[in-house]
Amino acid sequence: MSDLHQLLGNIRKHLPKEKIAYPQVPTFTKIKDKAVLKQQFIDALALVGGVCHDLSDIAECQQIMRDKLGGAAVICSATAEWEGNKTIADVAHPRDLDDVDLGIIRAEFGVAEMGMVWLTENSLKINSLGFLSQHLAVLLDPDTITENMHTAYRQIDFNASEYGCFVMGPSATADIGATLVRGAQGPRSLTLFFLKTPVPDQ
Amino acid sequence: MKINVEKNAAAFIHMDDVHQPTHDKNLWNARMKRDRMAASIPEWEQMRDLASQIKEHALTHLDQYVKQFVTAATKRGTVVHFAKTAEDHNRIIYEILKSHNATKIVKSKSMLQEECEMAPYLESRGIELIETDLGERIQQLSGEMPSHIVMPAIHKTTDDVAELFARTIGTDPNNKDPQELTEAMRNNARPKFLEAHAGLTGANFAVAETGAFVVCTNEGNADLTAAIPPLHIASIGIEKILPKTEDLGLFIRLLSRSALGTPATQYTSHFMGPREKGAELHIVLTDNGRSERLGKAEFWYSLKCIRCGACMNTCPVYRRSSGIAYGATYSGPIGIIIDPTFDDKKYSELPFHSSLCGSCTEVCPVHINIAEQITLWRQHMVRIKESKPCLHYAFNVAGKLFGSPKWFRRAEKLGYYGLKLAPDWLVYNKTLNAWGKNRQMPAIQKETFRDWYIKNRVK
Ligand code: SF4
Repeated sequence: MSDLHQLLGNIRKHLPKEKIAYPQVPTFTKIKDKAVLKQQFIDALALVGGVCHDLSDIAECQQIMRDKLGGAAVICSATAEWEGNKTIADVAHPRDLDDVDLGIIRAEFGVAEMGMVWLTENSLKINSLGFLSQHLAVLLDPDTITENMHTAYRQIDFNASEYGCFVMGPSATADIGATLVRGAQGPRSLTLFFLKTPVPDQ
Repeated sequence: MKINVEKNAAAFIHMDDVHQPTHDKNLWNARMKRDRMAASIPEWEQMRDLASQIKEHALTHLDQYVKQFVTAATKRGTVVHFAKTAEDHNRIIYEILKSHNATKIVKSKSMLQEECEMAPYLESRGIELIETDLGERIQQLSGEMPSHIVMPAIHKTTDDVAELFARTIGTDPNNKDPQELTEAMRNNARPKFLEAHAGLTGANFAVAETGAFVVCTNEGNADLTAAIPPLHIASIGIEKILPKTEDLGLFIRLLSRSALGTPATQYTSHFMGPREKGAELHIVLTDNGRSERLGKAEFWYSLKCIRCGACMNTCPVYRRSSGIAYGATYSGPIGIIIDPTFDDKKYSELPFHSSLCGSCTEVCPVHINIAEQITLWRQHMVRIKESKPCLHYAFNVAGKLFGSPKWFRRAEKLGYYGLKLAPDWLVYNKTLNAWGKNRQMPAIQKETFRDWYIKNRVK
């Protein structure tokens, strides 16, 4: 702890005399209508390379992914409603998810402004699922979409997880010749399905 | 060794007809995209004001927030270390790695680790270190510093990368497709993530309230770095600390829009504590001159910087020179005002590598008075006699001229005849006017502004 005291001592010695007050930051909210928020989410996600589908049951989602990724051999799901062929509970080490072609996750909520979804170890089960999977399918209850980053941060409980990530579409880079390429180190694609959170069985 | 930024910039400009124009175009595109993003958000200017104020609040109460951050992070099971200098920072990281027998590490981009020159330190002690951000990896493979804080390899063309990858990771030299080159690096990097003993990251923000820190990437490489190995070490500069979680709303909205003109980075990742039982999270909270900078009445504002790179993208001198020319971890306008705090002899010429057009100040999301600080650094260099003798003389003369309206008016007229009559060989003379060498002088107006104003004001 003496190192901390030394650091604090150095800071105190050099602190500017004038103190600036902490400002009030509004949430800049404008939209009340849920349908408008949902549409904004769809548009924002499209801008960053994600695709949304509005479906009523899981079988339809599965069909879309079969059509899209015919060759997906290893499917691993962290959700209750979609069963894959690699059981996440049996995975011993995060690196063992390296062979996953399609990872399935239920997002905790969405942000309309950005087309982002919030994932934590509670939704990922193993964090590497969200990044080692070649492709991702994400389920999102449209009722959980919040308007912007201000409202998003006000609703997160940072005690509920050790890790949390706003994921906005697939992995991307423009580091070679300033050309946009999707699928840099993480997932090559992100398909989002609007699907209500199932009510637990009685 | 003093950095000769003028000479380095000339080397880039005269390399060929491709590099400089491409560099200029790509960065200007980012600037234009930033403008479109800013215009699409009605509260943009209000957000900048608030972000600036929060940063100034946090920095003027930094002792409190550092303490709060450390307490909160420790409570979550994170081990916090304190580094006063770059040397401390590197040694602490090496010791953590050594005590875990970690010899293979992956890292995501961290400007602080660059600043501390951590990679060579660890490599010389037998640690195998892989940069996982594509741009950083390109720079690592070419043995160069990042040329831009957000786009580390932006000065390189696709052809350069094709040649580099063919030489270093065995791609087909004729393959010049960015998509395929990215794919080749993805496949090259994947096993390294899986085998790594430890992962190193930096942080864009840290939050006092929760002890959490935030890393923003587009590739997801920081998440891979943190999600696979059992040991995660994050290097965090003390100036990154924000008071509250909700402050992040502002900063995340501003960061990538300012940087690349995208709404946000693809991944905004938050680390609150060790991933799971048996996994470890360490933070190396680093000062390295920051607390001292806080005490410099004129210069502490540079600590507000969120490293978005907008000032670089907009800077006409940077776009023409490339970041490599600055010979420092931080280049462009922000580099000019930070680098001399580390060494005002080595970087004494940087403040003169600016047209003082003020565009940097215009775009900075946290309202740092960059152009003003550049002027102050010039004065500092003249004071400590670290500017070139001819500039030193010129500034003395300029000081007299601008101080006397009469002499200024005379000089203005003289300047007109002087430049008009001087032949090009004199104006662009290499020895007498190195500044003119890679620049076109603007055409001189016959009428001075004062004459024009006197004539027109009555109309
Ligand atoms: S000085 Fe301002 S514009 Fe430049 S990198 Fe820092 S925050 Fe961005």
